[in-house]
Amino acid sequence: MTTPQLELGLDTFGYVTVDESGQPLAPDVVIRNYVEEAVVADSVGIDSFNIGEHYRPDFMDSAAHVVLAAIAARTKRIRLGTAVTVLSTQDPVRVYTNFATLDAVSNGRAQLVVGRGSLTESFPLFGFDLADYEELFEEKLDLLTRLLRDQPVTWSGKFRSPLVNQYVTPALPQGHIPTWVGVGGSPQSVVRAARYGLPLMLAVIGGPLSRFAPLVELYKRALDAYGQPALPIGVHSHGYVARTDEEAVDIQWPYWAETFEQAARERGWARPTMARFQAERAEGSLYIGSPETVATKIAASMRLLGLSRFDLAYATGRVPHKQRLATIELYGREVIPRVRELLADHAVPPIPSSHLSAGVAAQPRV
Amino acid sequence: MSNAVTSDRRLGIVGAGRVGTTIARAAIAAGYDVAISGSATADRIALIVEVLAPGAHAVTTGEVVAHADLIVLAVPMHRFRELPRDLFAGKILIDAMNYWEEIDGVDQELASAPAGTSVVVQERFESARVVKSLNHITYYKFDADRRPRGAPGRTAMAAAGDDRAAVAVVMQLIDRLGFDAVDAGPLEAGLALEPNGSVFGVSHSADKLSDLLWPEASSA
Repeated sequence: MTTPQLELGLDTFGYVTVDESGQPLAPDVVIRNYVEEAVVADSVGIDSFNIGEHYRPDFMDSAAHVVLAAIAARTKRIRLGTAVTVLSTQDPVRVYTNFATLDAVSNGRAQLVVGRGSLTESFPLFGFDLADYEELFEEKLDLLTRLLRDQPVTWSGKFRSPLVNQYVTPALPQGHIPTWVGVGGSPQSVVRAARYGLPLMLAVIGGPLSRFAPLVELYKRALDAYGQPALPIGVHSHGYVARTDEEAVDIQWPYWAETFEQAARERGWARPTMARFQAERAEGSLYIGSPETVATKIAASMRLLGLSRFDLAYATGRVPHKQRLATIELYGREVIPRVRELLADHAVPPIPSSHLSAGVAAQPRV
Repeated sequence: MSNAVTSDRRLGIVGAGRVGTTIARAAIAAGYDVAISGSATADRIALIVEVLAPGAHAVTTGEVVAHADLIVLAVPMHRFRELPRDLFAGKILIDAMNYWEEIDGVDQELASAPAGTSVVVQERFESARVVKSLNHITYYKFDADRRPRGAPGRTAMAAAGDDRAAVAVVMQLIDRLGFDAVDAGPLEAGLALEPNGSVFGVSHSADKLSDLLWPEASSA
């Protein structure tokens, strides 16, 4: 029934959503609501549910592993991951214990996307210097992959105390947690993912996807140069599915505009316009419309870059819970089966899973 | 001298990230002989350049400076002070950097630069001829939007600098890269090209860009 080599997932940042009168919900309600959203995602056949990491009043995703454990207890099938873990400001030993424990609780369903993060409020919060972000990520990725692949670990670095012949528990029954490297467009980050033999997750929040084709080529060439096997590539992009294109636009536009108004104020980006919104839908990176519109666009993207995975960051901004549930149902029941149908002949590197990843884990580190 | 400059198609780029490699690719398409350096080890830069900017020479930063009189500085803004003060002596230095607090951390000098960050860059590299440019349009537009001169729908990029001859050279580069060039005025006018500036992040025609940069002139 399922085509095992593709993963079609959902990503959330735990947006503080609004109720029917437009008032923001309390943080605890927001968190329980998206646990519910993940439960529905599982029931409609979505492959994975992945939670971001922010420390801001508008995003309730500061402890993904806790929420994922709650979801694990209420689901059977769906993979549980991050989108993205800001590894630069975490202790890899703690990331390991959290996600190895999640893997146990969920019976082998844990996964990770690790990256430097796009918003970097975690640096001052945890006492790190943003100027070190490149070095921090490199060092922490090195330690995390060692912990995942070859315990006991003897390791020393610049940013934490050394480990000597250290076992960290719990051991992973399947030997590995699928760990992807999240990249925004930096060529060096792409080469780094290849160097560590880790699959690549591209975060694409605007503009035509075709501009990432050179980075995909770079990743493949770098894998080859480092003696790694072909590994899967995924994309994370924003979208919203409704019964019709018009309905999807009507629901998503005001919240998208509001979100990007804020980004414009905070980050100096251009202000959002309906023309840009529609252009992003038509030839950019917004997957907004009817199930057929969104499925066709996802399938085209997966073909264009040879993707094994697509994560829909569903319902950008404060879109209410009820409408989030509606989009999840349509994504699971209609979009995903249609994408699989459109991509029946799509030959790409398989998705790593805890059960299948021994090959990846056994690759020599470079 | 000006003839020698106009016929010279050599470009150096310091920074092999997405901006540096994108500009390198566009410059090669425009017939430039491009040398580029980055902070990673030589073999990694070589691979990045071979795939993303085939035809460019992956070299050291010292070799980039020796290669050309026109240099693009495209490193993360929080790292430009790691470069020696006299590195670009006498060179035209295009400051293509943007200060992003989320990426660069809080930098008081850059955050509060009343005349824009390029003035801080000029103070740092006192002997260089700094021009602010190539920073105000999303990087992928270099590939997507370049058009021959006179083509309909050609968009524009601006250049700001106190050394007017240097600005002229940069405007010529912009034109060859496939965009109409607009003179934004002195270096401190580069403020308009920065994040939160009046022309940042949106592509415009040359006329529209001029209107936005010179509102008095257009209303007169």
